[in-house]
Amino acid sequence: MSLAFDEFGRPFIILREQERKSRVKGIEAVKASIMAAKTVARTLRSSLGPKGMDKMLQSPDGDVTITNDGATILEMMEVENQIGKLMVELSKSQDHEIGDGTTGVVVLAGALLEHAEALLDMGMHPLRIAEGYEMACKVATENLDKIKTRFDFSKENIEPLVKTCMTTLSSKVVGRLKRPMAEICVKAVLAVADLERRDVNLDLIKVEGKVGGKMEDTRLVEGIVIDKEFSHPQMPKELNDVKVAILTCPFEPPKPKTKHKVDIDTVEKFEALRDAEKAYFTDMVQRCKDSGAELVICQWGFDDEANHLLMHKNLPAVRWVGGVEIELLAMATGARIVPRFQELTADKLGMAGSVKEVGFGTTKDKMLVIEGCPNLKAVTIFVRGGNRMVLDEIKRSLHDAICVARNLVRDNAIVYGGGAAEISCALAVEEAADKVTGVEHYAMRTFADALQAVPLALAENSGLPPIESLTAVKKRQLEEKNPYLGIDCNDTGTNDMREQNVFETVIGKKQQLFLATQVCKMILKIDDVIKPSEYD
Amino acid sequence: MAMSQQSGILSQGATEERGENARMASFVGAVAVADLVKSTLGPKGMDKILQSMSRGQEVTITNDGATILKSIYVDNPAAKVLVDISKVQDDEVGDGTTSVVVFAGELLREAELLVNQKVHPMTIIAGYREACDCARAVLESGAFNHQADAEQFRTDLLNIAKTTLSSKILTVDKEHFANLAVDAIMRLKGSGNLEAIHIIKKTGGTLHESFLDQGFILDKKIGVGQPKRIENARILVANTPMDTDKIKIYGARVRVDSMAKVAEIEAAEKDKMRTKVRSIIDHGINCFVNRQLIYNLPEEMFADAGVMAIEHADFDGIERLALVLGGEIVSTFDNPSEVKLGSCKLIEEIMIGEDRLIHFSGVALGEACTIVLRGASSHILEEAERSLHDALCVLKETVADARVVYGGGWPEIRMAKAVEELASRTPGKKALAMEAFARALRALPATICDNAGLDSAEIVANLKAAHGADSSSRMGVDVVRGEAGDMKELGIYESFRVRQQVLLSGTEASEIILRVDDLIKCAPRQRG
Repeated sequence: MSLAFDEFGRPFIILREQERKSRVKGIEAVKASIMAAKTVARTLRSSLGPKGMDKMLQSPDGDVTITNDGATILEMMEVENQIGKLMVELSKSQDHEIGDGTTGVVVLAGALLEHAEALLDMGMHPLRIAEGYEMACKVATENLDKIKTRFDFSKENIEPLVKTCMTTLSSKVVGRLKRPMAEICVKAVLAVADLERRDVNLDLIKVEGKVGGKMEDTRLVEGIVIDKEFSHPQMPKELNDVKVAILTCPFEPPKPKTKHKVDIDTVEKFEALRDAEKAYFTDMVQRCKDSGAELVICQWGFDDEANHLLMHKNLPAVRWVGGVEIELLAMATGARIVPRFQELTADKLGMAGSVKEVGFGTTKDKMLVIEGCPNLKAVTIFVRGGNRMVLDEIKRSLHDAICVARNLVRDNAIVYGGGAAEISCALAVEEAADKVTGVEHYAMRTFADALQAVPLALAENSGLPPIESLTAVKKRQLEEKNPYLGIDCNDTGTNDMREQNVFETVIGKKQQLFLATQVCKMILKIDDVIKPSEYD
Repeated sequence: MAMSQQSGILSQGATEERGENARMASFVGAVAVADLVKSTLGPKGMDKILQSMSRGQEVTITNDGATILKSIYVDNPAAKVLVDISKVQDDEVGDGTTSVVVFAGELLREAELLVNQKVHPMTIIAGYREACDCARAVLESGAFNHQADAEQFRTDLLNIAKTTLSSKILTVDKEHFANLAVDAIMRLKGSGNLEAIHIIKKTGGTLHESFLDQGFILDKKIGVGQPKRIENARILVANTPMDTDKIKIYGARVRVDSMAKVAEIEAAEKDKMRTKVRSIIDHGINCFVNRQLIYNLPEEMFADAGVMAIEHADFDGIERLALVLGGEIVSTFDNPSEVKLGSCKLIEEIMIGEDRLIHFSGVALGEACTIVLRGASSHILEEAERSLHDALCVLKETVADARVVYGGGWPEIRMAKAVEELASRTPGKKALAMEAFARALRALPATICDNAGLDSAEIVANLKAAHGADSSSRMGVDVVRGEAGDMKELGIYESFRVRQQVLLSGTEASEIILRVDDLIKCAPRQRG
């Protein structure tokens, strides 16, 4: 195959060292890719929906993660196969763009490819399939626009938002406490949201966690929590209404960046230097005091002497605060970040309503809680959980919920969940397919079938008979022209997703369709896979 | 599994287990860990010898669940969840580390049976959750609070301490140690700051000779030629270099062209130290405690001035000392008038066994105290310290949340009964899970009996009957007599916080493991 003939009929080799490379071509290559993608999708399939199961992942170093978040699973699976990696990327981009629906998108892509395999067997050209999918995807997204509803909320009426977040959280480990958790997320998002511009800066929401306690103890701090303590054990543990100075220069003698040496060759110089050093410390601390600061937050370390002087001058201080926290603190307190002591003036200070050092359990861990900042633009969700794994999982779940709330603030159009939107789209695509002649007709029909994989998986994971429940809902949707009917995963007795309050954002859903179709197209277009067979 | 390996999705060496296999693997792992610590539960629980893998091959003998699990190396991911949960229990309430693991293990053992009966794990979880809520409510209603009555509260605390200690090595002297622990905690006056309690271990003597000292004992030496006994001491606690006071300005170095100059600079350095010492002495102190080393020169100067100088008190020691003496930790010495000095009535050198220690008595802050543990070997002492730590933690929790429940399996039997009643009212498969939950609860007292060599089935059945007949029954396992006994009369009490944490953490851990249906192990990292 990799042997070609030139114009004189002499053979020459295009790919060297045949045996060292493995190569799959043509329809075989497409099928191998589909196989790989399907395998990845199958792993995630059982994690879909409120009754989805978790995966336990052991990292190369032996750490254990338990999660049902699609993006996290795929990331930690260490997928080796190239096509598999595409699926991982797929889920990641959904995560970055929307933050939710990472499992759904992979399941959808897997289903699309699986069904494409049947079409390939019929002898259809992969690209024609891809084109058909594209057309179907367009129909489906248009249908989403048709069935979407706006939903209203305001700072006063957060109920709808809370309900949406609850849907997201119900499939996670925090399902038991979805109501309070959802409220925390919504409040956090609204606290930092700019409703005028319809924008939310997620950097302002920090999710901090500490192992121990109960999930119920999770709370929203309208301020910032930093995993640090006061630099001197005898500084006051609680401060109220303090002026904050934020410094990015260490309380240490200066270290010029140019290489230099200070030579001491006489006693006078030695003494001069000694005095200079002393003066440095008093000067530094005095400058802070003079500016009127009552709390110093510093990005760098303190020398022992400086530390004591600070204590002595009644100037509580925190050291080694990370860059991100420094910025957050600056935003919240309204302080300017000061890089040099000389530039510290009274107008560069910020305000904090209360600063408290909080300890936990029997260990000596302590954290600083800074609340009541004038600029309420930064909030922290402080998570507690039985062990590290639960904690990490709660953090991930909250992140998802926060993303959903953010998306709604950005664009408040929604479609109903529980597979309702997928079924409705499938119906629309089927209808459109009937008007199309040619190979695309089949592809579009297949697309419709693949869309139903999501409600199928939902039903299956919820322990319902998948095909029966799906067809029943589909029939009702057709008869009643009601796009709000979906799979009743929680066994509440109604299929109307409006009553169950299960909905998703239109942007999220559209993104899922687009991304899944794109990846499908990409995979279908591959007709030759060449890779070195073994490294050793 | 086979599928993913064929198509080579995962990297080489990685494994994936799905569905039943994954669940089986995690059940087996978790139950194995639970069984490992099971035999240490209760007053007649046995100890384990742990030999470390490092070169010293040090040996630890303990029956503290958290310590055992911390030291063993587990590979099974589900087992790691249990190890983690016992660690958290230790951090959070300090005791009940074994109970929580055994309880989670029993829940999983029951769940395995249910899964084999084709009950979906999610249904089991739903049942467990409801059962847990019900059990918690019962636990809360069964708790009592005597904080208002100081006398009664102290008895409660004593009983709790005794119950905790009875399963440990200190059980022979539990009366003594319970008093010790309660005294120490009462001195904290509800502040719950365990750092103020200092535990010193000294080999020699017997456990019974351990004592609580009202003052503060520092395991350090007094400098040569300095007073060994100071009354009405004024103490400066410092953290400052007392060897050679280096110049901290970056890049400074000494460059000279003759020996004479070296001598001059050396003299200047000494001079600097002298001034420092002088300014320290100018604080009007007669005792100086430093975190860092004190070299001979300053030591000599202190001796000349009649000041006791104690060097190299480690950081914890310094902080605690500052706390106890009420002074501040000082690093600069230019403003003697503004520095808060520590004070105490008497500092003296005392002998414990063969070691000389420094004893501060009559300290300003009445909260602190020192517990000196004596024992025949270092292993005993370490285990004694762990046991005492457990007791102190539990007492601290009880002082913070004064609710108390009876021990000896009383809460478990009571909760199991309530959960079973709930199950009988619940329709659907969830009820099966609730019944399983009740059985798992009852497994705890059963294990206590088994470990004591008693007929667990008989005793648990008797308890069940007693509680069934009288809903306010106080019956629990009386290990000494090997029968059901009145917990109030026997004085077996436990802290409500600990029991609640066991219940919640155990349920949570089993839930996490149950939710798993796929187990992916990445290829172990290659170590060069």
